[in-house]
Amino acid sequence: MLRALQIEPEKCTGCLQCELACSYQAEGVFNPAKSRIKVFTFHDEGRFVPYTCTQCSEAWCMHACPVEAIVLNEETGSKDVLADVCVGCKVCTIACPFGTVNYNQDTKVVYKCDLCGGDPECAKACPTAAITYVDADHTGLGRMRAHAAASAGAN
Amino acid sequence: MQHVIIGAGPAGVIAAETLRKNDASCSIKLIGDETEPPYSRMALPYYLINNIDEDGTYLRKAASHYADMNIEVIQDRVESVDTGAHTVTLSGGAAVNFDKLLIATGSHPIRPPIPGLDLPGVHSCWTLEDGRNIADKADTGADVVLMGAGFIGSIILEALAERGVNLTVIEMEDRMVPRMMDQTAGNLIKQWCISKGVNVLTSTRVESIEQDKAGRLTVKLDNGEQLGADVVISATGVRANTRFLEGSGIEADFGVLVNDRLQSSHPDVYAAGDVCQGKDFSTEEFSVQAIQPTAADHGRIAAMNMCGRDTRHQGSVNMNVLDTMGLVSTSYGLWMGVDGGESVELVDEERYRYISLQFQDDVLVGAQALGLTNHVGVLRGLIQTKLKLGKWKDHLLQDPTRIMEAYLGATQSIGHNAALL
Repeated sequence: MLRALQIEPEKCTGCLQCELACSYQAEGVFNPAKSRIKVFTFHDEGRFVPYTCTQCSEAWCMHACPVEAIVLNEETGSKDVLADVCVGCKVCTIACPFGTVNYNQDTKVVYKCDLCGGDPECAKACPTAAITYVDADHTGLGRMRAHAAASAGAN
Repeated sequence: MQHVIIGAGPAGVIAAETLRKNDASCSIKLIGDETEPPYSRMALPYYLINNIDEDGTYLRKAASHYADMNIEVIQDRVESVDTGAHTVTLSGGAAVNFDKLLIATGSHPIRPPIPGLDLPGVHSCWTLEDGRNIADKADTGADVVLMGAGFIGSIILEALAERGVNLTVIEMEDRMVPRMMDQTAGNLIKQWCISKGVNVLTSTRVESIEQDKAGRLTVKLDNGEQLGADVVISATGVRANTRFLEGSGIEADFGVLVNDRLQSSHPDVYAAGDVCQGKDFSTEEFSVQAIQPTAADHGRIAAMNMCGRDTRHQGSVNMNVLDTMGLVSTSYGLWMGVDGGESVELVDEERYRYISLQFQDDVLVGAQALGLTNHVGVLRGLIQTKLKLGKWKDHLLQDPTRIMEAYLGATQSIGHNAALL
């Protein structure tokens, strides 16, 4: 059974533990700027929205890559960047309609959420269960997939 | 069903794979005229700076990939297409039959009518073979003149600068990447390159190139100046490879004319990628985009239709991303704006930061950015979903950097009642 990150923004307190856990897992540093998940702030509403790759089935990033550097992880369903194959052309960063593939100017390759290989640190670090790792057919995921489908419908 | 694909670039390869995924038993022939396995021209700049080996440019890494998918790769050149007989003729005269044909022959560099452009020291940078030639000659300390600061010229520029050559770039328009970025951004990119030690001359034309007996080149400019060069690289634009279709009855203008199924004027012949004059999402007109994501869209959709799965192309969003010596620039859709639309710009010239958004009513229709490397793709999402931004348009007019917040705010339930919605 595939699992997916379920994000419930109404539970987020904006503590950024997810960003710290992510950057430490992925880059070995506590640096939100290097996190694959990002908490967006809505001061007017007093709310926070964590957001990262939904591992959408359209996989715009993967299909746009000219050198097969983004591949499907059959075990987790994530679309993973092969850092040693990526040439740094950045086409995936403009192709992803969710803005969840970013370019790292230090390493000169792109990066995105890979679900930590099936044990996502952001979900473990979240103290309010705003981020959970659940069965992919859980109803909450339907909402996220609907956003993906809305984009797919435009093509 | 016999499918023949002419052209082994991204559009052709993706089409071949899509055909196989949808039809396990059909025959698929992929014909390319270069000696290497199918590779990505986009990866050549990274080959030039030795970031990758030649096989790093290959579209698919497994040597057995095509055989595994039962795709027959033929290395040959197609000379002509006979739509009546449903055959293509190869360079040696052999004929290959097809039921459905895909033209994915890409484009070639144009050669402006400048005296001396055919001299041995003047190169295009288009094929892997060109890349090898340039890598051979353009080394540390060499004087290199690059003609053209469009998208391709600017990508090569970065690779040449990293090779440590003395580089001069000549662009006839008044800024760099004039078909991708506006005056503000194009000039900031120029200033950035100059600050990194590249000599950039805009609003300047090359009049002629001469070569002395030792092989040294002299490039004469329309401002009377002369530049000495060891190598001249011509990157003055590309044109669709449609010449072999003359007399075939397949209609072409800037590229092969197609409908929204990527079908040409002949019902059994389709076109995809740089050679195809396909639908533009923003203008709803048919034009050649010559970009990787569009080639991927075309290849997939053409193949679906070729194997009988009716699929409409709603148009590809024109988009580009460029890295000029560490300054990343992006543009999308109607970046130049629309009549009666609204726009917002934010510029920080000292830090080479710029963002410009173009709206029609409360929908984003175009964008440009300099120095933006995070979440930039959401601009595509906003444009392609024609998302009604509502109050978020006003927020963006105040602060155009809040594109992710606008996307999330306009698509997700945020606020005190979110859990109830």
